[in-house]
Amino acid sequence: MQNNCAIQMCSITKRFGQVVANDGINLEIRRGEILSLLGENGSGKTTLMNMLAGIYQPDEGEILADGKPIAIRSPKDAYSYGIGMIHQHYKLVDVFTAAQNIVLGLNDEKLDLKTINSKVKRICDRYSFAIAPERKIYDMSVSQKQTVEIVKVLYRGADILILDEPTAVLTPQETEKLFVVLRAMKEDGKAVVIITHKLNEVMELSDEVAVLRKGKYIGRVRTSETNPQQLTDMMVGHSVVLNIDRPEYSDPFPRLTVEDLTCVDHEGVTKLDHVSFTAMGGEILGVAGIAGSGQKELLESITGLYPVKEGSVRFFEENGCETELIGKTPMQIRRTGVGMAFVPEDRLGMGLVGSMGMTGNMMLRSWRSGKGLFLNKKSPEHLAKKVWNDLEVVTPSTSFPVRRMSGGNVQKVLVGREIASRPRILMTAYPVRGLDINTSYTIYNLLTEQKMGGVAVVFVGEDLDVMLELCDRILVLCGGKVSGIVDARNATKEQIGLMMTSVGQRRASDDE
Amino acid sequence: MTNEARTPWVRLAKRDAMDPRKAWAIRLGSILIALLLGMIPVFITGNNPIAAYGTIIKGALGRPIYIKQTVKIAIPLLGCALAIAPCFKMRFWNIGAEGQITAGAIAASYFALYWYQKVPSTLLLLIMFVSAAVAGGIWGLIPAFFKAKWNTNETLFTLMMNYIIIGIVAWLQGGPWEGRKGSQIIPMFDQSARLPEVFGVHIGWIIVLVMVVLMHIYMNFTKHGYEIAVIGDSENTARYAGMNVGRIMMRTMFLSGAISGIVGFIVVSGANHTLYRGVANGVGFTSITVAWLSQLNSFAMIVISMILAILTKGASKLQTELKVPMSISSIVTGILLFCMLSSEFFINYQLIFRQKKSEEVCR
Repeated sequence: MQNNCAIQMCSITKRFGQVVANDGINLEIRRGEILSLLGENGSGKTTLMNMLAGIYQPDEGEILADGKPIAIRSPKDAYSYGIGMIHQHYKLVDVFTAAQNIVLGLNDEKLDLKTINSKVKRICDRYSFAIAPERKIYDMSVSQKQTVEIVKVLYRGADILILDEPTAVLTPQETEKLFVVLRAMKEDGKAVVIITHKLNEVMELSDEVAVLRKGKYIGRVRTSETNPQQLTDMMVGHSVVLNIDRPEYSDPFPRLTVEDLTCVDHEGVTKLDHVSFTAMGGEILGVAGIAGSGQKELLESITGLYPVKEGSVRFFEENGCETELIGKTPMQIRRTGVGMAFVPEDRLGMGLVGSMGMTGNMMLRSWRSGKGLFLNKKSPEHLAKKVWNDLEVVTPSTSFPVRRMSGGNVQKVLVGREIASRPRILMTAYPVRGLDINTSYTIYNLLTEQKMGGVAVVFVGEDLDVMLELCDRILVLCGGKVSGIVDARNATKEQIGLMMTSVGQRRASDDE
Repeated sequence: MTNEARTPWVRLAKRDAMDPRKAWAIRLGSILIALLLGMIPVFITGNNPIAAYGTIIKGALGRPIYIKQTVKIAIPLLGCALAIAPCFKMRFWNIGAEGQITAGAIAASYFALYWYQKVPSTLLLLIMFVSAAVAGGIWGLIPAFFKAKWNTNETLFTLMMNYIIIGIVAWLQGGPWEGRKGSQIIPMFDQSARLPEVFGVHIGWIIVLVMVVLMHIYMNFTKHGYEIAVIGDSENTARYAGMNVGRIMMRTMFLSGAISGIVGFIVVSGANHTLYRGVANGVGFTSITVAWLSQLNSFAMIVISMILAILTKGASKLQTELKVPMSISSIVTGILLFCMLSSEFFINYQLIFRQKKSEEVCR
């Protein structure tokens, strides 16, 4: 067993300011084995692996390669020890071809396209990758880009592969393909580490699981000897129920009707293509799709932030009066009193002002209130205190810049403010991205609470397991088109996965 | 041997929030370091650096008349720093204050030259004040309009606008407003178009001090100030909150230009009593230094503009007494800017040096 050991990390500690990202972690990476590094967001998985990839240096502790201490000061050093990392956000040059990206930064050999191409081809054949080396990156799909990243790492002779959340942007089918490749690499005697927080993937793929929690090493188990419940307990520290409560609202009613909504971006690319659906009051409507299928444009065009080419978005009052929202600015929409709340994906870049405290951020909704030139700071201050207490936001004061808060607290401030506006439509984009399980559940509960209060909730999400449990219906987007709307109570992940990649002819169990 | 290779000699780490008092202490320290570094060029010219600083202080503050002259230098710097503060807060890089000052100066000069017989002095000064504000405001509004409409680059646009307006003054000097034919000089203003003095300095100093307070209130307690701060942080957030980003940009640039225009009025009416193409005299650029060094804090601007004025005034004394070139003050100002900007680096980051540590044995 000892000779299998490729990398040993010994009591590694890494601090960022006062935050201890990794606290005395010991980890062994073995050849011929797939290791899952499991942990919630913010538990220090990526930080730990970045130290192997040469992005960070540990503050304390040492790294041994084949029993000898090594220093990894740069990604180049990492490659010289055979370590290659595929980051969550791909590091590719868009206007270069696959082959150019693969050899980018290598200066110790002559750039001879023929040898490069044949070498690339050899790697591709071995793992049956289908990429054309002459293809430009901007022409590729997300999963193709990932393949290029993998080939890039293999080309540099890496035999220790680290993949950071490799399945986050893939469809279930693409994920399956990736797993086949990873298993083939394992058979080749390579060491594979995948960073993830998805339990089912851990169970399916890996031989062993190492769990981190809040920067600490919790333990390591063989996958065959464990189960999701045990892993969750290790990850969270105490048992949590995995079920999300989904009460039914007695009488859902049409609240917002979107018809033939079409958007074109400034480069002329169609982002939304005749999207039609109805959001019901008293219902959570999920919006699923591969990243970049038009989710952002959909929410932003409804809120008046994205230019619309054609189509209509109508809001219905209880008494049947309707209001057309297209053509109105965000301020005009607010003035119509339809009560639209929006939790955008880019929290600090769109939903909040990073440099201001909670009070300044509460003001984003109310800064116009009051007559005259001066700001009314009293009621936002009051609201900030209320959100602070109600949602248990961790912050030293209401004037502490939100940029310095942790991701979960930032989101609580944003969601707290939007809910406090007593909306009738609540639109959320990836509201639990980057949050720990407890905060995620807080958010799920808040959304369900809103739904039970008759609010039409739109939930753009990425975790299909969660969406299937939380939402009432799920609208699936594919390339800016609606490929169908399914009933979340009896749809399956595979069904949605298929719809994410191809626009269906008919809408499975469409709304009445 | 392997031990040495293990960690780099020094690396950077982002700091947590620093105690503001400590941060200001670092900034103060950087000024001292800058003054120390500034001794080097003085030393190279063969003079005693300490004596040189003594001369600067004496030359700037040694006699009441010197103090008055120093304050006169500080007034436009302070006023103009106030003008560009809201733009910079909004991350609208207005480097056209020079031109906006000149635009204000032209408008004020027009009334000073052609209306002094028509209206009483107070009214004349009031008209000059308002017209200068409007002219400067319009000159600032133009680049903002193009930025809002077609997203032009404001840095280049505002810079180029400077040369246009300075060219216009040159034309006025040699053409329509020329005094004695062939002199290329615009005549001096009538007494009634000159700013009155309080404590021996024209009342421009009162005007800018009032503006310090007003700007502080505007930026911190008004809806406009809030809008500017939100846009500076993130334009998308501003749009999300329902703000009309383009309109706010234009409004803020009008305000900024108007204040610069008022500075132009103060300069022609209070100090120069005439108009010439060098009327702004680099104030529009130096005030960027003032605004930046004071972290856009109105009250800190008073201190910074005084420091720069003391350096400038003192350096002229340095030249006459010790034969040290006057440009020494520009060198020291440059070093000061460099040190203060790098102090921001140390406020935000810390350096971690490799330390000898006890051998840790794995398992």
